[in-house]
Amino acid sequence: MTIEEPRGAALAREGRLPSERVALVDLLDRLLAGGVVVSGDLVLSIADIDLVRISVRALITSVRDGDTIGDGIRR
Amino acid sequence: MNDTGTYLYAVTRGAGRNRAESLAGVGGTPVRTITHAGLVAYVSTVPLDQFGSQPLQRSMEDLDWLGDTARAHHAVVEAVAEGSPTAPVRLVTVYTDDDQVRNLLSRRRDDFVEVLSRITDRQEWGVKVYMDLAGAPPVEERAEGGGPGAAYLRRRQASLRGREEAWREAASRAEQIHDVLSSFATASHRHRAQDPELSGRKELMILNGAYLVDLSRAEEFARLAEGLRGEGVDIELTGPWAPYSFAELAEPDEPGVADDD
Repeated sequence: MTIEEPRGAALAREGRLPSERVALVDLLDRLLAGGVVVSGDLVLSIADIDLVRISVRALITSVRDGDTIGDGIRR
Repeated sequence: MNDTGTYLYAVTRGAGRNRAESLAGVGGTPVRTITHAGLVAYVSTVPLDQFGSQPLQRSMEDLDWLGDTARAHHAVVEAVAEGSPTAPVRLVTVYTDDDQVRNLLSRRRDDFVEVLSRITDRQEWGVKVYMDLAGAPPVEERAEGGGPGAAYLRRRQASLRGREEAWREAASRAEQIHDVLSSFATASHRHRAQDPELSGRKELMILNGAYLVDLSRAEEFARLAEGLRGEGVDIELTGPWAPYSFAELAEPDEPGVADDD
């Protein structure tokens, strides 16, 4: 593996990556465990993290074999 | 009974540099804004046959649906965050109608303002740290008496000890790295480490950190993170992200709850 310059520094200069290049798994870390949550509110639906995590994990594992994801910003 | 709900993506303070009309939301729905109590909420009207709690139980397990929805949500948040400090809302937060969102904005106004001022001119960076535990040096075997059974037990104990030490070493490296990055950042948060099946790497992920960093110090932070690589440790930097990991509202009646861990 050759490293010309730290990738992070280049990333920092470029600004945000196009969202289609963000790895789904990193995105889900943030979208399912982060973000504003207003509990006890009149929400109709909100992701149940633990429930989702379990099934997403199985799904991503099976999908990864087909190589349709994992095209995130890492090499 | 209504057959639509109001899907909430993000909340900002300021007004209209971000053109909601040009954005496509979840399920291809148009994005619009609700301005109330000095805050702006970015929302879509969504059909409840897709976004009600019953249908969601199924569709959240459909990876194509989840992927599309997550990316659409993210795209809206990113577009909004480019224009002004933005508090992203968790995926699939759906209110009964716009009035409920207005109610939220006025009720939690101060909490939103507090979050928004905390993240102003700052970005979230992700740092994932991997360590190759298989590469840990084996524990030396001492020659001792006893039959093959005893020798097996010794080997087994030695291997368990080696493993335990490797885990301890990994945990302490993770702490060190997190400490270095946290002391540079304004705030930090540790996400659960990703399983090797999810990360796509055979090494163990020992740290899945998120760091809130001043915009002006982004390059410096990236260099710092990259510089922590080495001695069997690899580092992946992701971002900059909208401040998903730092958008926690203070608990009602409990001001000043830290987001940091």
